[in-house]
Amino acid sequence: MSEDIQTGLAEILEEVAGVAPADATPEKSFTEDLDVDSLSMVEIATAVEDKFGVAIPDDELANIKTVGDAMSYIQKNKA
Amino acid sequence: MSTSVGDVVVTGLGATTPLGSDVASTWDALLAGRSGVSRITDDWAKDFPAQLVARLDTDPAGQIDRVRARRLDRSQQVAVIAAEEAWRESGAAEAGVAPERVAVVFGTGIGGALTLLGQDDVLEEKGPKRVSPFTIPMLMPNGPAAAVGLAVGAKGGVHAPVSACASGAEAIRWGLDLLRFDRADVVLVGGAEACVHPLPMAGFAAMRAMSTRNDEPERASRPFDKARDGFVLGEGAAALVLERGDAARARGARIHARLAGAGGTADGYDLVAPHPEGEGAGRAIAAAVRDAGLTAADIGHVNAHATSTPVGDTAEAAAILNTVGEHTLVTATKSQTGHLLGAAGALESVFTILALREQLVPATANLDDPDDDAAVQSLDIVRREPRRAQLTAAVNDSFGFGGHNIALVFTTP
Repeated sequence: MSEDIQTGLAEILEEVAGVAPADATPEKSFTEDLDVDSLSMVEIATAVEDKFGVAIPDDELANIKTVGDAMSYIQKNKA
Repeated sequence: MSTSVGDVVVTGLGATTPLGSDVASTWDALLAGRSGVSRITDDWAKDFPAQLVARLDTDPAGQIDRVRARRLDRSQQVAVIAAEEAWRESGAAEAGVAPERVAVVFGTGIGGALTLLGQDDVLEEKGPKRVSPFTIPMLMPNGPAAAVGLAVGAKGGVHAPVSACASGAEAIRWGLDLLRFDRADVVLVGGAEACVHPLPMAGFAAMRAMSTRNDEPERASRPFDKARDGFVLGEGAAALVLERGDAARARGARIHARLAGAGGTADGYDLVAPHPEGEGAGRAIAAAVRDAGLTAADIGHVNAHATSTPVGDTAEAAAILNTVGEHTLVTATKSQTGHLLGAAGALESVFTILALREQLVPATANLDDPDDDAAVQSLDIVRREPRRAQLTAAVNDSFGFGGHNIALVFTTP
C-alpha cells in the first residue's frame, strides 16, 4: 500500500515539478530538497485529490513538509 | 541627445517568429520572400469572418524545459526564448555584469490571454478549486518581462510597457532612457505576443481590422497595396541587448548597431483610429531623428509599421513623407510576418538593425498595385525583391490602439 502511494506521489511530483522519481523518497523536504515552491504544492494537492481521492485542506497542507508527511497523510485519509 | 554616458549600442538580438525559431532563420526567410501566414483549420474558425493567422514557425513549448514551460503562458515562453538568444549572443553574462546593473524592459499588447481564457474554461467547467495557482502570474501583462528578468537574473529593475502594438518599440525607448539616466549598465528589451484564440480573433474582426482574404493566406497581408483589407494576427517575440558603447567596445562585444535616438508621442485624436495625416506619428519620427542628432536626409531606410489596414497605411505614408521624405527606402515586413502586436516593434527593430548591418532592405510582399494615395505614390517602397543600399541610419516606427506613437533611430556602429 505505501509503495503504491510513494509511486503515485512520485508520478505527481515528476509531472508537476520535474522531480526525478528516484529523488521522491520519504525523507526529502519539498522546499529544501526538491525545490518545490508553494504554488506547485497547491497543484500537487489537487493532483493528490484526483489520484487518491484524498483532499488536503490548506491548514493540513501547511504541515506537510516532506514526501513522507504527504505519504502518511494520504495513507491515513484514504477511504 | 548627447549625454555623459555616451552612445548606446545593440550587442545581442533574439527572435522566435512565424518565419523562424531564431534571428538567422527569420531573416533568411524574410529575404527569401516566404510568408508566415496560413488559414486556421480548427473547427472554431469555420464561421469566423477572418480565418488567417501567422503562427509561430516552432512550438515554443518544445524549445524549453517541460516543467518550466507549463508554468509560463505562451507569451512568456516566446519572450524567454527570444531574450535568451539575445542574452547569449551579447556575452554580457560571461563579461561579469553585476545583476544589480541589469534591467529588463519587455512589453506585450494583450498579455496572457490564452491563460486567462483557458482558465476561465476550467472555472466554468470544473469550478474555482480547479483553477491553476499559476493563473495570475501567467496572465498578468508584466508576465513576459518578469519571466525574462528571472531567466537572466536581472536585479536592476524589470519593467513592462503596455501600449498595444507600440509596446515592443516602447520597451526599446525605455531601455535607452535607463542607460542614458545611468540606471543600468545592460538592458534586455523586447516584446512578446501570443494570443491566437477565438476571442481576440473575434474582437479584432468585429473592429473590421483583420483581412478576410481567407482563400489566399499568403497574399492577405499587403501593406500599401490598393487591395489591402486588414491585418493578419501573428505571434512571437523579439529581443535586443542594449548597453553603453564604451563598455561594449571595452569588452570586445559584437556591436550590431547604435540605438541613436527615440521619440514618442500620442495622437490625442481617437481611441483607435489613427490621425488621417499621421500627425502624431510624424512628430514621433521627427523627435527621434532630432534626438539622434541627425536630419531627415540621413535616414536611408524606414521599416514601417504598415499593418495592411486601409486607414493606417496611408496615415503612416503621410507621416514618413512629411518627416523623412521621398528619398528613403521604405519596407513593410508585416507583409510576411503578420502583425505581432506587442512584439511588432521589437521584431521590426531587429529587421531594421539587420538591414543596416547587411546594407540590404527586405522587400514588401504583395505590393502589386500601390494605393492611389498621393503619399504612398511618392514613397520609394521596396518591393518584389530586397534592395542593396548604402545605409547609415534607419527608422523603425510603431503605433498602437490608444494613439501611441514610437519611433526609433538606429545607425551603423
